[in-house]
Amino acid sequence: MFNCLKYFLTIACVMCISIDITAQPTTPVQRFVGIGRDATPAEVKAWDIDVRPDFEGLPKGSGSVKLGQEIWESKCATCHGIFGESNEVFNPLIGGTTQQDIQTGKVANLKNTEYPSRSTIMRVATLSTLWDYINRAMPWNQPKSLSVQEVYAVTGYMLHLADIIPGEFVLSNDNINDVQKKMPNRNGMTTQHAKWPGTEFNPIIGPDTQNVACIKNCAPEPRITSFLPDFARNAHGNLQEQNRGVGPQRGLNTLVSKGSALPISVVSTSDANKPTEKSLNQMAMALFAKHGCAVCHGMDKKIVGPSISDITKKHANQADYLTAKIRAGGSGVWGNISMPAQSLPLADAKSIGQWIAQGAGR
Amino acid sequence: MKNESVTTGRLTKAPENFLKPTDIQTVVREHAQGRRGFIQGLFASAVAGAASASALAQNNSDNGDPNILNLPAHTTGLGQSVVTDGYGKPSSYEVNIQRRQSPGLTPTNQASVSFAPLQSLFGIVTPSGLHFERHHQGWWDIDPSKHRLMINGMVKSAKVFNMDEIMRLPNASRFYFIECGANTAVEWRNVAVPTVQYTHGMLSCSEFTGVPLVTLLEMAGADLKKAKFILAEGADGSSMTRTIPMSMVTSGEVLVAYGQNGEMLRPENGYPLRLVVPGVQGVSWIKYLRRIEVGDMPYASKDEAVHYIDLMPDGLHRQYTSIQECKSVITTPSGGQVLLDRGFYNVSGLAWSGRGKIKRVDVSLDGGRNWRAARLETPVLDKCLTRFNLDWIWDGKPTLLQSRALDDTGYVQPTYQQLRKVRGTRSIYHNNAIQSWLVQEDGEVKNVQLS
Repeated sequence: MFNCLKYFLTIACVMCISIDITAQPTTPVQRFVGIGRDATPAEVKAWDIDVRPDFEGLPKGSGSVKLGQEIWESKCATCHGIFGESNEVFNPLIGGTTQQDIQTGKVANLKNTEYPSRSTIMRVATLSTLWDYINRAMPWNQPKSLSVQEVYAVTGYMLHLADIIPGEFVLSNDNINDVQKKMPNRNGMTTQHAKWPGTEFNPIIGPDTQNVACIKNCAPEPRITSFLPDFARNAHGNLQEQNRGVGPQRGLNTLVSKGSALPISVVSTSDANKPTEKSLNQMAMALFAKHGCAVCHGMDKKIVGPSISDITKKHANQADYLTAKIRAGGSGVWGNISMPAQSLPLADAKSIGQWIAQGAGR
Repeated sequence: MKNESVTTGRLTKAPENFLKPTDIQTVVREHAQGRRGFIQGLFASAVAGAASASALAQNNSDNGDPNILNLPAHTTGLGQSVVTDGYGKPSSYEVNIQRRQSPGLTPTNQASVSFAPLQSLFGIVTPSGLHFERHHQGWWDIDPSKHRLMINGMVKSAKVFNMDEIMRLPNASRFYFIECGANTAVEWRNVAVPTVQYTHGMLSCSEFTGVPLVTLLEMAGADLKKAKFILAEGADGSSMTRTIPMSMVTSGEVLVAYGQNGEMLRPENGYPLRLVVPGVQGVSWIKYLRRIEVGDMPYASKDEAVHYIDLMPDGLHRQYTSIQECKSVITTPSGGQVLLDRGFYNVSGLAWSGRGKIKRVDVSLDGGRNWRAARLETPVLDKCLTRFNLDWIWDGKPTLLQSRALDDTGYVQPTYQQLRKVRGTRSIYHNNAIQSWLVQEDGEVKNVQLS
């Protein structure tokens, strides 16, 4: 009897639990009690910085082309060039558009397959995009440091470089809609394609290609039309060292050219892993990359600043001088564009200075 | 047996085979004297290819393979203790398996790319440390206790969640591929890079764990009827922003993820929080996710108004091109590799579709004239990598390998000719053409394009 009673009690209990379950709240708001809180107006203001194509989100303000030029030359030109034309660090911002394009709203050079590059101003249809990105992401190493006035000014200066607005123009939230109507590629975009994962722009459009999964005798004898030339054999480093040393195949030893003797060196995978091989050179190279030095200094190529090999030539064995120069910055030694002071740790500056002074691993 | 290297038709000696017979004798002699450290160093290379090393060894001893006859240090000594390394690492012999930059592709290292070593991976999951990288203004390791996610825009009340709260919510774990929209971009016009790492390596696949974004939007009281788009925004310097369709969000497949392959996201992949947008190009999977804005029009952010737009032959740019269409590639054998021998090979590769599941993969050994269906290995999942394999006996003749994937919408991966006919060669993004590898008579595999 006792057992039986226990049995019934258990059943009853299970039932009351199951009743509880069916009565549980179902909407996320009801279910997830105690999770999340309301954002304060100040928090939303601090983070909600985006500007839409209809300029919703654009802060009130203005900035002159003249001010824009000053900011440009001190903060932007090192990467983008004095006229926004530079292709050294990033794609060119300015170039390739005409007064005709400003009239039609379609950049003619985009049809020209011979035209060498596509600048930002050739592509962008929406002025909001420029304002938004300069505001959120520029300058490169100090994003979000520009004031509202400065963002208007720099945006305006870029538009002036592209001959969209005159030199005495002051870009503001009042006239930005009118300037949008002069954007050279404002009619250059289409959403008529099958690659948007929704129906927000169009009804469903079919894909571009309709290949058929043929199985037998599908195509004429193929001809090889493109392959890497022999001189590029080692352009991506020794492929033998980029493949596993065991398995059905090995990486190709690209240090020897085809047809010459087979490789005679034993490349032991274990040797390459030894910490002793983490030489000063590799460490300095890593620091050089980490601190963004390569943005302005190529190994053998002048970019914005002098190449590392040129610096080595001029300042061989002057590690202390170079360390100090890296930290303090300088101007006039190599040209007109100054190098700003760098805020990297002293130990890192020393490693890089020493490395350059001793020939940068060569 | 003495002439194994001849009888098996070996074409080229594995690099470890270039130990001279005298070196091997030294190894054997030193081993006999018990100098283990020395042996480990020298022997490592020989051990790597036991079978081929045996061929050489046969020349020295009729008794058999010294790898068998002479017991190695690891069989005759005491091994290492537990927790030698609190977070285990791959074998030291796997050091070649690295994500790599393509030389000269980007002038800066912060707005740059590293490619996953697809030629060395098995199955469908990318080890987190080998996941491809794409950063727009450098990566950060963010303190999760200070990270916040804000939901605002067309909501009843803007909300803030911290990581503790997001991780308290019910979660889902799902496998998805992620591919950069610019994967295979350098090959639109002609062959430009040697290996599958550089042609297709902006591709990875992980199990992601997180909360469906729609749950958070509902908690904020989002107007899911009037809202058509969301803007996702990162907390990095560029505060990356991308527009995502609301229809994808309400379907529940878009995740706010913190987990990747059983652990937290790696910093290079957005620790502590990223958006997962299945089937859509990687740039939309906003890393260091800090804010979701609910809205009714697209945002034309820099990476959908200047970059990640596809130039068409008529001079128009296609905007908001997001889906990664059906694509596949043979990963072994592949460009820059050398086959060591004639005989049996397992042709292996990956297939995926941003529109759904892989239905079939065909492999051609004659440059697309004739095709055979490959085996699809399980699991075959929605918007996830699928591994395929095909038996192949190589007779030593030049061979043109291709793979062609079909997804469950009926779409068939296109040829270069078909793709170029519509899009020209200047669109940079979304190149999903059939890849060709040439296996030469000497065993070298080359990246080629065909007429």
